[in-house]
Amino acid sequence: MSLDPITLSVIQAGLQQACDEMDLSFSRAAFSPVIAEANDRSDGIYAADDGALISQGAGGLPVFVGTMQYSTAELIRLIGEGEVAAPEPGDIYIVNDPYLGGTHLMDVRFVRPYYRDGRLWCWLSNTGHWPDTGGAVPGGFSASATAVEQEGLRLPPVKLFKQGGMDREIYAIICSNIRVADQRIGDVKAQAAALEVGADRLDLLLDRYGDDTVEQAIAELRSRAATQMRQLIARMPAGSWQSVAYVDSDGVVDEPLEIRLSVTRRDDRLIFDFGGSSPPCRGPMNSVIATTLSSVYLAMRHIFPEVPISAGAFEPLEVIRPEGTFLDAHYPRPVSGCAAEVSQRIAEAVFAALVQPLPERVTAAPAGTSGNFALGGHNAERGRDFVMYQLSGGGYGGNADGDGLSNGCSTIGISKAPPVEIMEQAFPVLYHHYALHEGSAGAGRNRGGFGLDYELELRNGEARASFVMDHGRFGPQGALGGNDGEVNKVVVIRDGESYVPLHLSKEQDIALAPGDRVWVRTPGGGGYGDPLTRLPEAVLEDVRLDRYSAAQAHDLYGVIILEGDVPAIDETATRKIRRQRGANGAD
Amino acid sequence: MTAHDQAHQADLIGADLIGVDVGGTFTDLVRLDPRTGTVHLSKVASTIDNQAFGVMAALEEAGTKLSDVALVIHGTTTTTNAVLERKLSRTGLITTAGFRDVLELGRRTRPQPYGMKGDFTPIIPRDLRLEVPERLDYAGRVVTPLDEDAVRRAGEKLLAAGVESVVVHFLHAYANPDHEMRAAEILASFWPNDYITTGHSLLSESREFERGVTAAVNASVQPLLERYIGRLAKELGDGGYGGELLVMNGNGGTVSASRVVREAAKTVMSGPASGVIAAAYTGRRASRPNLITYDMGGTSTDVALIRGSEPSVSHEIELEYAMPIHVPMVDVRTIGAGGGSIARVNEAGLLEVGPQSAGATPGPICYGRGGTSPTISDANMLLGRLDVGKLKSVPGNVDLAQIRQIFQTELGDRLGIDAESAAAAVIRIATTRMAGATRMVSVSLGEDPRDFSLFAFGGAGPLHASALAGELGIPEVLVPARPGITNALGCIVADLRHDFVQTVNAPLATLEMARLTGILAAQRDEGTGLVSQEPVDISEINVQHSLDMQFAGQTHLLQVPLDGDKLDRDEIQNRFEEVYFNRFRVRLPEIRAQVVNVNTTVTGRRAEVDLAGLIDNSERARTLAEARTGTRRVWFGDGWCDTPVFTREKLPLDMRLQGPAILEQMDSTILILPEDSAASDPDGNILINVGGAS
Repeated sequence: MSLDPITLSVIQAGLQQACDEMDLSFSRAAFSPVIAEANDRSDGIYAADDGALISQGAGGLPVFVGTMQYSTAELIRLIGEGEVAAPEPGDIYIVNDPYLGGTHLMDVRFVRPYYRDGRLWCWLSNTGHWPDTGGAVPGGFSASATAVEQEGLRLPPVKLFKQGGMDREIYAIICSNIRVADQRIGDVKAQAAALEVGADRLDLLLDRYGDDTVEQAIAELRSRAATQMRQLIARMPAGSWQSVAYVDSDGVVDEPLEIRLSVTRRDDRLIFDFGGSSPPCRGPMNSVIATTLSSVYLAMRHIFPEVPISAGAFEPLEVIRPEGTFLDAHYPRPVSGCAAEVSQRIAEAVFAALVQPLPERVTAAPAGTSGNFALGGHNAERGRDFVMYQLSGGGYGGNADGDGLSNGCSTIGISKAPPVEIMEQAFPVLYHHYALHEGSAGAGRNRGGFGLDYELELRNGEARASFVMDHGRFGPQGALGGNDGEVNKVVVIRDGESYVPLHLSKEQDIALAPGDRVWVRTPGGGGYGDPLTRLPEAVLEDVRLDRYSAAQAHDLYGVIILEGDVPAIDETATRKIRRQRGANGAD
Repeated sequence: MTAHDQAHQADLIGADLIGVDVGGTFTDLVRLDPRTGTVHLSKVASTIDNQAFGVMAALEEAGTKLSDVALVIHGTTTTTNAVLERKLSRTGLITTAGFRDVLELGRRTRPQPYGMKGDFTPIIPRDLRLEVPERLDYAGRVVTPLDEDAVRRAGEKLLAAGVESVVVHFLHAYANPDHEMRAAEILASFWPNDYITTGHSLLSESREFERGVTAAVNASVQPLLERYIGRLAKELGDGGYGGELLVMNGNGGTVSASRVVREAAKTVMSGPASGVIAAAYTGRRASRPNLITYDMGGTSTDVALIRGSEPSVSHEIELEYAMPIHVPMVDVRTIGAGGGSIARVNEAGLLEVGPQSAGATPGPICYGRGGTSPTISDANMLLGRLDVGKLKSVPGNVDLAQIRQIFQTELGDRLGIDAESAAAAVIRIATTRMAGATRMVSVSLGEDPRDFSLFAFGGAGPLHASALAGELGIPEVLVPARPGITNALGCIVADLRHDFVQTVNAPLATLEMARLTGILAAQRDEGTGLVSQEPVDISEINVQHSLDMQFAGQTHLLQVPLDGDKLDRDEIQNRFEEVYFNRFRVRLPEIRAQVVNVNTTVTGRRAEVDLAGLIDNSERARTLAEARTGTRRVWFGDGWCDTPVFTREKLPLDMRLQGPAILEQMDSTILILPEDSAASDPDGNILINVGGAS
């Protein structure tokens, strides 16, 4: 007998609640700001037999959409093959191996078996981004690593907790291989406690509605989520849509990496084919298959935010395994850039393909880089070493509803950037400006958002600067006739001399002395629709506010601004130039 | 003046207390004579353009003779509406060179986790944000001296651009306010009014975006609030009122009209705060110190936590996306659904309630204003929980058959059930969602909802409270005597209150205790000074100290209360660890504790007010039967049930009744579920014993 839809809705809400409370508990108790403040973590419930995603917290970092079902599936496989010890109540496995359904090494997963009446009923799992897992550089984002061993400590699934107690020996091995190990105990306890919260909530749900009913509901919800996604797909026009997106370089070899995507609607399924993309690369811009899949899912969730995250919703999305490309890397390819950068470029390819059939829903490309600038060194004033990260936002893409947001968070994140005052309190730096990246928005009928423009100075001691950013060579793509956004720019000013990193957006260990400066300008979002159709008044407003120059109004939009105390539009000249360009365009 | 003269003068200016709250739709008023306990109530339509007219109308409807009034305490939405609708006075910013875009860049977020669309309008436009050379470092040391001429030029330029209020906001001014104070002094020498706000003055806390927005909000609402208060004071004076006017702040305390403008941002969110204050007061009299307040209205539902009769206060409230107002405010969280929330069946064939809302226009179908989407209010109508007779008094000739028809075609047919079952399902899903959201609020504050009573108010709160409590495992619901005028009541009972926050950001192990004691003493002295200057009688002054603490390397703050200002390092460490363990169930003896903020709250307690007169006891019936107005078919579980209907105001004070029952009163309907029972207390509160709670 099938369940009534009301009970289904209530059980769906109950499963979601369990995950949301795990998310909340993890963030609130976590030690690292990366988890506590930036919410770089995710929690979910996974099927006992195959690890399929049953429910995931709504507040998880977007890049983790669906990833833990792959790591859980790999764990189940390894247990089945006898490679990993079988679970017992109270155990928690720890794993961060990118090639076993992971992302990069810093994303550490805990997996806990959940039992009912002595039977394994499901898995609870969470991921937290640890501030460090060892390797060549603090924080793990080595721009020039050529093998995973240089990126940090790689853990296969092992039981960190055995029957409720932590294995001090395994923990000691971990702590001996990572930086700032003394603070990790706070994260480990928080991560384990969150899974306990999930188990408590599940107990209550199962006690109330009965194990069989909930089990039946999970199966039914999965098929209904698939139906929901299928209906949305079936409403799209038939066809096949292509796109290309570029990663500037892999950080080691100075050549762009190409993501080629073809999306085809076949009845109520979408087929994603990345065939023809670049082969695996030497530097850390490889992606593992789990991250490639999650990137497609997170892009789809941005497009269809109303569909809850579950294995069912992913069923109609068929991703052809991109074997032989850098989107399906194997050991020992370095992968630290996959979660933060390559994932966003995959999402950009999905947006650029699907804005064609779904122009109302999909935006032009957002800045799409986490803008990771790391500064590590010695603070002479305090007499101690430091590692600082400045992650920054950029412009979002113009879209059918309006202009793009300025200084938005990366596509795969939802976290706030730290304030300048907090950065200066913690690190020996002084910001000279923190401002809108003027002129950076991609022109369009609805323009992109503006990027960020900041410059800071090392005040004392010594430090090394590293950059893992992207879109330095190619700006975020415009859509439907809109222009690309302005590219990302990094300038290091040492001893008064300007230096531009060889790979533009990526370089490691640039030595800085006091007085040296780092100047970063992040990308503007892509424009949407023909810039010549933008309302002249909207262009005037941007010039009046110094977001665009009058020259840009002319060049990009064909709008002539009469400068003066009160800038105004030269209506006649504007009509004329727009007519000319329109005619030229038609030729 | 002799004591006799004072008493005589008190007689002359009367004794009535007036609490009047202007909400989005209605202006509510409570007039209370503390000598006799007599209460008069009124409810009139709010007059949005000039709220003073609505206030005067409410006074008149309550039969007020202004010369008999001793004190008027007022809650206003003037500032909240101005910010939300961006109908602000023209405001300029003078800031550190290189940082004028801080207010526009925000903290690099987006409005929703998923969906790459959305927009943000900064509170001060870019052309009115001017930069001057000056720079301090994180310790408040001067890196670049203040360019005083540049300040003067910037001020003149802003005036020429038609700016009325100005904000001076410099980096690290919390560590050293000299530059801000000097710039303000320069501006004051030629600025035509007093609308000069410095960033450090409202909250001396690091984080330039949050501090800057708070100051910008303050400046942009100052002229509006001052003009409004002026109009109201004039209307009251013309009507013969010679007493003082107090205004509610978002921290749940009051401040005199003459002072309120300087820190106008503090009045934002004062409406929801007054409701919670009334709840805390009512709960304390009823020996229910721990409450979750549940205020369900037409478009949204607010919840807040009260522990030991003290509302939870936060200084990290966001009024809306990227609009942080970091002054201490009662921590009221909006959790979504209201009576107008729309139900639909999604592509997965599952019933959803909200987040779309029919709002006030067109509103639910039962409002008769052209609404055609099924809502929570319509479901209540269809299930007999609201009085169908009221449909006759709305425009548009709506009848129950029409509502049933829409529920059948929009929901029932798609779910394979009849219209009534669909309506019951709408209520059940809405209850589940509200329970989940309420749990998240409670858990985020480290509390288990089962340890609380549910305080239900607002138009729809008492209708859904029992089911919500059952879902949350809350054993008891308290419905106050007048759930529809709770905010106005909050005005009457609120204390005078001032909050102080000072950032120190230092490890506990090395922090000088003498420095802490010094800060606490300065905060206490300033607060008691302010409170005792207010021209209002107070029974006592209360001072509470606390520290915001964290483990070094962490970002979440926990508030650690202190006993008086006697400080002991080990004792502080122990208290912090205890608070941390209670919240997170984790002990971290390995890690150092950090003191981030030093806080003091000074309250001037006003005289106790008797609430027994909120319902006139002489009108009460002697038996339940006499208070009963009839019987109605009401849907519970999966079928109809003949349910007695009572007039709430007539229920005997010593009554006890077993559900099911419906209690109707002027502005609210209370639903007692079949498995619940209800009783009354001496203040006329209804206490519902929730049978479904485990």
